[in-house]
Amino acid sequence: MKDERLIEAIEKHSQIEGSLLNLLQEVQQKFNYLPKEALQEISDEMNIPLSRLYSIATFFKNFSLTPRGKHSIHVCMGTACQIWGGQKLVERVGELLNIKPGETTEDLSFTLDTINCPGTCGLAPVVMMDKEIHGKVTRDKVAALIKKYQG
Amino acid sequence: MASYRLNIMICAGTGCVSNRAFQIREAFDKEIRKNSLEKEVLTVMTGCNGFCAAGPIVIVQPEGIFYQKLTVKDIPFLVEEHFLKGRPVKKFMYTPPKETEPIPKMNDISFFQKQVLIALRNKGIIDPEAIDDYIARDGYAALSKILSKMKPQDVIAEIKKSGLRGRGGGGFPTGLKWELARKAEGEQKYVICNADEGDPGAFMDRSIVEADPHTILEGMTIGAYAIGASKGFVYVRSEYPLAVERMHNAIAQSKEYGLLGDNILESGFNFDVDVIQGAGVFVCGEETSMIASIEGKIGEPKPRPPYPVEKGLWGSPTNINNVETWANVPAIILRGSDWFSKIGTKTSKGTKVFSVAGKIKDAGLVEVPMGLTLGEIIYDVAGGIHSDKKFKAVLIGGPSGGCLPADCLGLPVDYESLTKAGAMMGSGGLVVADEDNCMVEMARYFLNFTKDESCGKCTPCREGNAAMLDILTRITQGEGTMEDLDLLEDLAHAIKDTALCGLGNTAPNPVLTTLRYFRDEYIAHIKDKKCPAHECRQLNTYTIDEERCVSEGHGCDVCRRNCAYDAIMGEKGKAHRINQDKCAKCGVCYEVCKFAAVKVD
Repeated sequence: MKDERLIEAIEKHSQIEGSLLNLLQEVQQKFNYLPKEALQEISDEMNIPLSRLYSIATFFKNFSLTPRGKHSIHVCMGTACQIWGGQKLVERVGELLNIKPGETTEDLSFTLDTINCPGTCGLAPVVMMDKEIHGKVTRDKVAALIKKYQG
Repeated sequence: MASYRLNIMICAGTGCVSNRAFQIREAFDKEIRKNSLEKEVLTVMTGCNGFCAAGPIVIVQPEGIFYQKLTVKDIPFLVEEHFLKGRPVKKFMYTPPKETEPIPKMNDISFFQKQVLIALRNKGIIDPEAIDDYIARDGYAALSKILSKMKPQDVIAEIKKSGLRGRGGGGFPTGLKWELARKAEGEQKYVICNADEGDPGAFMDRSIVEADPHTILEGMTIGAYAIGASKGFVYVRSEYPLAVERMHNAIAQSKEYGLLGDNILESGFNFDVDVIQGAGVFVCGEETSMIASIEGKIGEPKPRPPYPVEKGLWGSPTNINNVETWANVPAIILRGSDWFSKIGTKTSKGTKVFSVAGKIKDAGLVEVPMGLTLGEIIYDVAGGIHSDKKFKAVLIGGPSGGCLPADCLGLPVDYESLTKAGAMMGSGGLVVADEDNCMVEMARYFLNFTKDESCGKCTPCREGNAAMLDILTRITQGEGTMEDLDLLEDLAHAIKDTALCGLGNTAPNPVLTTLRYFRDEYIAHIKDKKCPAHECRQLNTYTIDEERCVSEGHGCDVCRRNCAYDAIMGEKGKAHRINQDKCAKCGVCYEVCKFAAVKVD
């Protein structure tokens, strides 16, 4: 895979010892998932067995081997959010988009995930739409948020 | 540096940023320009103030006026009244519950009064993105002191004398760990800052990195000098993007100032730091897993010994301390171990940062002297329970900790007392539960978390926690038996004794503490098939008070429209009824009814 974004990322991170995780994060961020071709290229360039990259990509939750939705919805399942009914919010989003946590809508517009605490417990329950954190979310508020992101 | 009549300190912790702190700054700057106050008033974005419940927070210095819950449209009035006319605006100030007069100054608010700030000494006072601000607050003076006047052994002796213990949970004496790392053989040595705050429901480390990244770098550099390391890593969760960004920025600045890199302050000492972003795995907070993941492997733990101080990163001696531990180091070096060890209890010295959340009035971040009681933190500092509901439990230490009842509120926070109560200090997450929270469900929640996060390497954790989760799930669905309780206890002890790493060893704690302190709730689920908190929805029966439905709600029909199972009969203007055969017990009708006509039993 001769993609400039990839070559640039490999160049940047291969210089630093211990930076493989950072490299994969950057690739995930740039492509919205880890394309097989990208892993192959990293394997060739950095002389790391593809099997090891695969084990890392499947062990760490941030990585996805399939394309993710245009928008990500992370419902917090941390303790404070659990106390404030986070579980019900996951069910609500699932109901609205007809997907389960970890799944992406057919039109690739949303991926629903749970997150173990972005650390804004004072605002619980919390939902992250892409990188934006929304606090004190209710049944109605989450429906409105989804509508807003549907554009 | 130019001086200003007023400094507007705007909290830019993640909580306040979510509450539009950056937009509030723009609004301030716009109004300041409009009123030609640019030379008199300066806006500064600071790290987390701690009083998250009141966010977004703005403090006007030097007066120390505390404004809370501001919105963009409040700003023009505030700027005109306060900055131009000199009349602080009461309606944006904090008024304690049950009182009518607001408290103008931050330091007079009870949330701040019992706090003693060491790790958080710069929060809200400096711009975390400006190294000069840190230096102005004696930043890097401790580093300069050790490089010019102290031998590595003296530094270790000082930290040992201070009594500082690891703030990440275990409470291992920091000075002793450094000494072991110093004595370990190896040409290359490493230091690591563990900022992979895994406890879901805690945000101490995030706030410290966001508020004062330089104190961590300074602490790490001092530690590296003491043990003889030339390379360090800060391992931050990628869930904390702002912390990652501020740490990168701090590293770049200190390199530019010659405070990091080669020949630091011309002492001949070299030390460099890189940031590694965690990738969403709880077990990587465990030190051997963290090391594996930095090495570019999957983050599975290894049996100890050998401990990382002997054989760590790439086989070299490696000293790992948590964020808060590092943040204490410069203060101890500068002010002396005698000063530090006077704070706290006999065995737990200094302060501890807690994040207080859940059903609490003033959720946020607090730093208190060790030895303060749980009750003092919950009621005197954090304002007590959120509504008029009854306190049920405080969950301390997250999935590795325990659920402690009201009887334990008199416990002092120190490592030994909390362990004795079956919980642990953990990294400092305190989540408060009230009477609406079911303790069996809480135990099930934590077990579900650890089951998901178990790496699967050792059988006790992989299979044992899953088996406990099965039993707990059965109980919450009303299908448990009394024998299950004995089985849970047996399993819990077996897992505690045999699991490979800290995650597995401590996973049974929430089960054991709820069994110990809230056994009656388990029995109610098993014998009466009831959940006293009505949280286990499968045990609830939902009905509609038809009279109330008509008299109060005029048959508003909202419940019927929201029912996904067609289980509600009725039409607008008339009484509604639930068909129990169709009801899936999702509880949505109960939640959406604004007239309290839906009853739960």
